Parts: sequence; C-alpha cells; structure tokens
Amino acid sequence: MVMDDVQVKDGVDAQTVDAVKALSGAYKYGWNTEIEMEYAPKGLSEDIVRLISSKNEEPEWMLDWRLAAYRRWLEMKEPDWAMVDYPKIDFQDQYYYARPKSMEEKPKSLDDVDPKLLETYKKLGIPLKEQALLAGVEAPEGERRVAVDAVFDSVSVGTTFQAELMNAGVIFCSISEAIREHPELVRKYLGTVVPVSDNYYATLNCAVFSDGSFVYIPPGVRCPMELSTYFRINAENTGQFERTLIIADKESYVSYLEGCTAPQRDIAQLHAAVVELVLLDDAEIKYSTVQNWYPGDENGKGGIYNFVTKRADCRGDRSKVMWTQVETGSAVTWKYPSCVLRGDDSQGEFYSIAIANNMQQADTGTKMVHLGKNTKSRIVSKGISAGKAQNTYRGLVSMHPKAKNSRNYTQCDSLLIGDKCGAHTVPYIEVKNNSSRVEHEATTSKVDDDQLFYCRSRGMGEEDAVALVVNGFCKEVLQALPMEFAMEAQALVAISLEGSVG
Amino acid sequence: MLEIKNLCVQLEEEDKQILKGVNLSLEAGKVHAIMGPNGSGKSTLSYVLSGKGGYEVTEGSAHLEGNDILEMEPEERAAAGLFLAFQYPVEIPGVGNMTFLRTAVNSQRKLRGEPEMSAGEFLKVVRAKAKDLKIDADMLKRPVNVGFSGGEKKRNEILQMAMLEPKMCILDETDSGLDVDAMKLVAQGVNALRDGKRTFLVITHYQRLLDHIKPDVVHIMAAGRIIKSGGPELALEVENNGYADLLEETA
Ligand SMILES: Nc1ncnc2c1ncn2[C@@H]1O[C@H](COP(=O)(O)OP(=O)(O)OP(=O)(O)O)[C@@H](O)[C@H]1O
Ligand SMILES: [Mg+2]
Repeated sequence: MVMDDVQVKDGVDAQTVDAVKALSGAYKYGWNTEIEMEYAPKGLSEDIVRLISSKNEEPEWMLDWRLAAYRRWLEMKEPDWAMVDYPKIDFQDQYYYARPKSMEEKPKSLDDVDPKLLETYKKLGIPLKEQALLAGVEAPEGERRVAVDAVFDSVSVGTTFQAELMNAGVIFCSISEAIREHPELVRKYLGTVVPVSDNYYATLNCAVFSDGSFVYIPPGVRCPMELSTYFRINAENTGQFERTLIIADKESYVSYLEGCTAPQRDIAQLHAAVVELVLLDDAEIKYSTVQNWYPGDENGKGGIYNFVTKRADCRGDRSKVMWTQVETGSAVTWKYPSCVLRGDDSQGEFYSIAIANNMQQADTGTKMVHLGKNTKSRIVSKGISAGKAQNTYRGLVSMHPKAKNSRNYTQCDSLLIGDKCGAHTVPYIEVKNNSSRVEHEATTSKVDDDQLFYCRSRGMGEEDAVALVVNGFCKEVLQALPMEFAMEAQALVAISLEGSVG
Repeated sequence: MLEIKNLCVQLEEEDKQILKGVNLSLEAGKVHAIMGPNGSGKSTLSYVLSGKGGYEVTEGSAHLEGNDILEMEPEERAAAGLFLAFQYPVEIPGVGNMTFLRTAVNSQRKLRGEPEMSAGEFLKVVRAKAKDLKIDADMLKRPVNVGFSGGEKKRNEILQMAMLEPKMCILDETDSGLDVDAMKLVAQGVNALRDGKRTFLVITHYQRLLDHIKPDVVHIMAAGRIIKSGGPELALEVENNGYADLLEETA
C-alpha cells in the first residue's frame, strides 16, 4: 500500500526532469498572436471608464460604481512600502481596453469563437474544448475534467462546460456576463471583500476592470469539476485589469485554478487584478494559482508588473479557504492573498512558492486576520532567489480581541542560489487576546554544493540536480496543488531557475 | 579498470597540497583496500576521482577503462560506471529516496543513450534490492538520508550502488558507524555485486570489514601517497601494530 503511494509521487518528480529537458529554452510562452485588435484610446480618463462600461453593456449602477472608484483613485498615492523598485508607471501611456475585433459580436458558443483565438489557447496547452484538459494534457473521456474561462487581453473569449455546470446549479461565466445576467449576486457581493478604496491598484481595478471570472456555487453543492481561468495578455502597451468574484454558499465546495502568461516584450506591462472570495457557513474554496507572466529578460528589460489584491472573506462559521500559489513569472510581483477569518471556527491556509531569478523582484506574502473564535490559519512560504533577484516575504497575522482560542502557524523558508540575490522576511504579528497562539518559524539556506555534487555523482546533470533540490525544498507547497497543476508547477520551478547555476 | 598515475592534488582555495603523487592500478574484478591514518587523503582521492569541485589536479592522470575521467563532468563519470559510496552521505530534504534513485538510474541511462527503466520495473527491482539490505518501505519513501541513522545512511549508499550497477565502486568508510549485523548486510550487498568484472576500492580503518569482503590487494596511504601495498596480511599488520612502524619504514 505504502509503496503504491510512492509510485504516484515518484511519477510526478520523474516528469519534472523530463519536462525540463523537453522545455529547455527560456520563457516558453513568449510568442504572440497576430490578430486584429480594437483598442480604446490610449490613456485614462472618465471617458475611458465610461467606454469600458459601455463596451461591456453594463447597467447604470455598475458605471456609477466605476466612476466613484475612478474619482477616488485620482486622490490616492501609489504605495511605496514594498521592497520593489521599478520606474514610475505612466498611467496615461497605455491602453486600458483591447479586444480582438472578432469579439465585437459576442460568440454564441465556443464553435463561433475566432479560430485564431482557439489556436492561441491550444498552443498554450489549454484547448477550449469540452473534454478533460489542463496543462497540455487531454485526458481520455471519463477522467477529471476542468472547465475553463479564457480571458484574452480585456475580454473573456469563452467558457467551457457552462451548461453542464448549470445543471448542478453552478454559475461559471465571465464577470461581464455575470453583471448583465446575475446582477443581484454581483451587486450583493462585489466590493464587499476588497472595498473600492482598499488600495491604489485595487481602486484602479474597480474603475477599469474589463473582464474576469465569476463563480457561484449554491448551498450544499460540491462543484462537479475543477474550474479555471486562463489569463493571456497579448496586446502591446496594454494593461490587463481583471476581476474575479467567487461565492461559495453554505456547505458548498469548489476548487479553482488560475493560470497566466504573456508574450515576451521589451516594454513592461501592467497587470492589476482583484480577486474576491466569499465563503458562507461550512463552505470551502481551494484557490490555486500558477503565475507565469513574462518575467523580463536577464537584464530586467520588459516583463509584467503584477499588482494583485486577492482576499477571501470567511464570513460563515466553519468555512475554510486555501490559497496556493506558485509565482514564477513577472518582473515585479506585489501580491498578498489574504484571509479574513470572520466566522467562528473558520480556517485559512496559504501555501506559496515564489521564485525570483535574474532581475525579478517579488514582494509577496499573506494576511491572516482572525476575527472569529477558534479560528485557525497556517502559512507555508517558500521563497527562492537566484541571479540578482530580490525576494521578500511579507506577512501579517492579526488576532483580534474576540478571536479567542485562535491559532496561527507560520513557516517561512528562503533558499538562495548564488550570492548576488537576496531574501527578506518581514513578519508582522499582532495578538490582542491572551488565549490565542502564534508560532513563527523562518529559515534561510543556500543551495548546497554538497547536495548538488551528491546528485551529480549519481548521474544527474547540474540543472536537473538544482531542479530536484529546489523541488524538494518546495515539496509541502507542491503537494497542496491539484495533481495536474503540481506537475506543471514542478516543471516551471525548474525552468524558471535555468541558467541560475554554473 | 582504473589507472591512477602520479596524481597530485591541491585545494583550489589555498595553496595546500593533499595528494602528492598517488599511483594505483586496479584490474577488473579485483578488490583493493586502502587504509591509512586520518587526514592522509583517502576521501580526497575518492572525491577527486568522482569529480567534486574545490580541488585542483596539478599533475598526473586517472583513466577508467582507458578514458580520461578527470576531463569529465561528475555525471559523465557516473554514467561511465564510477560510483562513490560517500563517507558522509548528504541529506536532501523533500526529495523522496525513491524519486532520487529513479532519477539517478534514468539520468545515467539517458547519458548512455539507453532506454529509461519503466516505473513498474523500477519498483520491482528496488523492492527486491531494498529487501536484501533490510531497508523497509518507509525508508524508501522518506526524503534522501534525512533523519536516517548513521547505519541507515550507509546501507542506503549500498542500495544506490546496487541499483546503479557501476563498474568501479569506491566505498569510503562504509563500515564506520555500522553495527555487527549491518556490517554483514553491507558486506553481503557488496559481495553479491562481485561478478569477476566489477572492481572495488574499499577505504576502511578496520580489518573487520575485510573479514567479510576479502581484498586482493591492500594499500597504505599516508600524507597523500601510497606508502606500501601488499596482500590481505598488510591489513592485519595495521590492525595489530598501527601505522607507526610502516611510517617509520618509509620515512
Ligand atoms: N576542502 C578542504 N579544505 C581544507 N582542508 C581540506 C579540504 N579537503 C581536505 N582537506 C584536508 O586534506 C587532508 C586529507 O583529508 P581527507 O578527508 O582526504 O582524509 P582521509 O584520509 O579521508 O581522513 P579520514 O580517515 O579521517 O576520513 C586533511 O588534512 C583535510 O583536513
Ligand atoms: Mg575520509
């Protein structure tokens, strides 16, 4: 029995090494799709906000909400507390809306979607077909299936398995569609987890978000398949502002995956997303991200500036949320998926692998805000720095006076490859009652030459050896990912570290 | 099998010479033992042969079946059939022992242009070999050497050796830290691999191991040189009298 177990995991790891070999060459998703696009005029103004709203055929209330956010944003200042350094963003020098011409007329079904777009997703390993798929694997009928919402620049181009999900009562569609078709749900929950004025980038997102995904799982429903959104930035000089809202009603469950890539370009591009999760009593959400935006070249030219606000509100008692992220891409990452543990006995978990190579900068972590009684949280963060990269873990654990008997455990490990990179750990801990307990462990280590030599003396090449050691370091987080994602993530870990040794 | 000629090695970082002209000729199928005082350079020899960084070869050569191994990367030496059972096996947290073994086996096969071993076959073989060495399923599942006892680590090295089926096996103090029963297991493991062609270089401080693994030739190393070579009786002499006489003889 025990041994069979081993075989499964073994398969995963062996695949890593193969994947590395197969994919050797740097960023794999750096190509772009030649497609006729329609842009809103460059720059940001009230008119642009109105234009985005009208393109999405939004009701009045939505436009008002956006405009209020925009006016608010004008008065806000860009935050500078993160340990990231990038040239000032000229918000007037980019496009806020870009959609393929062929999307002007909303396709009635997947069959009507522009073949070029379908081809793009196929090439990314995400064929938009209603069969088992993910990470380039089209599994035979009957195996685990994943529904996909595909977002291309500013618009969702298609969502698979909608009808089948609807049979189970699950709503899975683009957020623009949800605003039109399910306004009662959107109005009730949008902006209740991440308030409009939450932070500079979130407020900007409220004003100009163009699309994203919407999920509603009704009471007592276990979502019959995994849901996922695949974000692709294709257009040049265009920011992507997506918005995701997931509502897990009482006693429901969903596992949601998010993937993202962008072409290789010399000019940095902005991506500012907001993700809101709402959990009612006894609901559970697993949210996994493999973030692989173009990281820029080895001299720091180009790449995505990734400023993301993700938050889960465990409103219901005994609700449970688990964030798992593998952050390998982006030139600059600023991201802190958080849990507000409002319901009694609610639980939040955060598992993270953040890799920064070459000139990448990552400032990422989480916030666990304990408000309810007997709430529990767990943080496992693995930061890997190579090249001249800087990697910061920033985490807040806050136990409020009413959060009696609450627990947090934080484990924060950093691994350095080479001696020109940096790792920083910035934990903030606030405990305002005396029955709660917070445990924090942190380590920093280097990839050990003895470990590499040991692997090589057994026949492994240098890069395979690094991949093996680093995957070992990340093991606990990789194990938290759904199986299909775990394989892709392992391969990614290896690829992102290419050229980091020797 | 392995020809070492006038091998001179110093540290890369400082100007300190450790091997001062080592000569060894190991014929295929034979078992050679090296004994010698602490710090005489035995482990250094094994590291330099397997390609560890930090050492500079200033003179001399080492050929495995006629191929100059000093020019090769460590993994190429492994694929060419060289294996070192480490004096201090290294821990690799988070990497399952089984994963490690399978990656090693298949990496070598790939380098040699051979087909990979399938998951099923691998599992069958590793189970059988682990059983012979009394390594249980749990130890195969655990991360490489992490939390293993001293003796378990050494047995794990022998398991790796059994899986990789090298032509030239170097065992660096595989006996130290082993209890009497484990020593027998390890010796049996080694003896089971003796097939008339496979060659062994056994580094040890004790006659005990050589009771089980009968050497053809025994060498004494001191201060970076082989100062004396002889038959199995040389090991007994060391066991009884220590190195003092030998050192004096050659001084
Ligand atoms: N990287 C290094 N830095 C400094 N000194 C070193 C290094 N490697 C080896 N030495 C020195 O070289 C000498 C030989 O060491 P080595 O480990 O080869 O000895 P040994 O014969 O294996 O000893 P033992 O029987 O104790 O295992 C010792 O004096 C050791 O301190
Ligand atoms: Mg030694």
